[in-house]
Amino acid sequence: MIVADKKPIEEIIDTVKDFRNILILGCNECVTVCEAGGKKEVGLLASALRMYFLQQGHEVNIGERTLERQCDHEYLEEIRDSIDHYDAVVSIACGVGVQFTAEKYHSKPVYPGVNTLFMGANEARGVWTERCQGCGQCILAVTGSICPVSRCAKRILNGPCGGSTEGKCEINKDVDCAWQLIIDRLKALGRLEEYEAICPLKDWSSDRAGGPRKVVREDLKL
Amino acid sequence: MNVNTPSKLEKMLAAGNLAVTSECGPPRGSDPEVIVEKAKLLKNHVDAINVTDNQTSMTRMCSLAACIRLKLLGLEPILQMVTRDRNRIAIQSDILGGASFDIHNILCLSGDHQSFGDCSKGQNVHDIDSMQLIQTVRHMRDEGKFLGGDEIKRPPQMFVGAAANPFADPYEIRVPRLAKKVAAGAEFIQTQCIYNLDKFEDWMKKACDRGLHEKVAILAGLTPMKSVGMARYMKNRVPGMDVPDEIVKRLADTPKEKQAEEGINICVEAIERLKDVKGVAGFHIMAIEWEEKVPEIVERAGLFPRPSVN
Repeated sequence: MIVADKKPIEEIIDTVKDFRNILILGCNECVTVCEAGGKKEVGLLASALRMYFLQQGHEVNIGERTLERQCDHEYLEEIRDSIDHYDAVVSIACGVGVQFTAEKYHSKPVYPGVNTLFMGANEARGVWTERCQGCGQCILAVTGSICPVSRCAKRILNGPCGGSTEGKCEINKDVDCAWQLIIDRLKALGRLEEYEAICPLKDWSSDRAGGPRKVVREDLKL
Repeated sequence: MNVNTPSKLEKMLAAGNLAVTSECGPPRGSDPEVIVEKAKLLKNHVDAINVTDNQTSMTRMCSLAACIRLKLLGLEPILQMVTRDRNRIAIQSDILGGASFDIHNILCLSGDHQSFGDCSKGQNVHDIDSMQLIQTVRHMRDEGKFLGGDEIKRPPQMFVGAAANPFADPYEIRVPRLAKKVAAGAEFIQTQCIYNLDKFEDWMKKACDRGLHEKVAILAGLTPMKSVGMARYMKNRVPGMDVPDEIVKRLADTPKEKQAEEGINICVEAIERLKDVKGVAGFHIMAIEWEEKVPEIVERAGLFPRPSVN
């Protein structure tokens, strides 16, 4: 899923303090699962903002809405009838949702209420860790299904670097060395000899480096 | 050993001599005299001088410019290049820049993570890794071509080196990793600082068992300790460093004013022992901000005078 984390309330207040009709817009997908931008968080943020404006002596209308998704036209259309009641939107979906909402409601200011972090997994209760950077050219087949692009701090394709110590990365003892994981996994698969194959220079043109990416599926187009 | 480049270091190794290299770190400023003075301390006692590339990610004068300074003085620089700060355009461009001054040695590294340095909020590049950098230099030199396939007019003639850390984890792939660097095209290796001689010798033996010592010249890396504090710091704080307790104890048991001297003794003893280890082709003495001690170490280790090669 796309993992996000709540922005500090002070930062959100700073962006919306001059508005008097504010819609808090949640999303029922990834950000709900990582408990940063779902219905529950919409309620919490709305309460916090009401409290702030009350203390400031301002009467402010704060609406709450959580869409099934903010990355689909279909669901974003659901607020078309009510959007004009608001001067600003705080979207606590991922960055995709914030932008798609802004694109759809072009004259309405839309502010982000979360920091979008990465594509990751729910490793334990309250813990999410990165697994994918969407490089567009998956190499997991040759790295024991563990990604050095997203999990090595230097995204080294022929690792580990000399900083790997007791299975941990040189940047932080809480971070696993991706290459230790890859080697452990190749060993478990009985494929350690594959370690010696040199991974060639990667084509990063399908990554961020190649500019904004797009998928067009002719078979699905209307 | 065939000689592929005009590198003095390569010739020294091809002649069967134990090579001696050292390093100097460029200054955190633009004063050229700093690097020149450091190099002068080393010049009669080493065959080639590594110039570090923003080591520990602290921003410094660039390795290439400092190498050019040394080259203009008639010295033999080894251009250290990390993949942290350059994409493949900049890498090839800097290699050609070095080659235009007839810099004949390069050491291919990935580089410390930027979080250790003074720009921890910056991006890193890592378009290619150190293994692929070795391949890139060899491709440019041997094929005379850019990565993009076009011909290079006057290709670089660089003796290609890489680092090896016999002490990093996981240990079982340390020799396979060396084999991989050799397969990528590394012609010389400079190792991480060796304090755990037993472990180094085990690594070296395994490398020799695979015949790697016949394909690549391995220079054993050594850094003299200045104090017990430095030993403890290296042991506990520097990633991938293996400092045995007995080294720390030996320095701790030495009066403070004599610890530096004892550090030099430890270094010289290590060289004496490693000289006889099969596969050791020379020594890389990294006296960090202590370059003035290199001549003494080289002399006391019986590696002086340096043989001459043409």
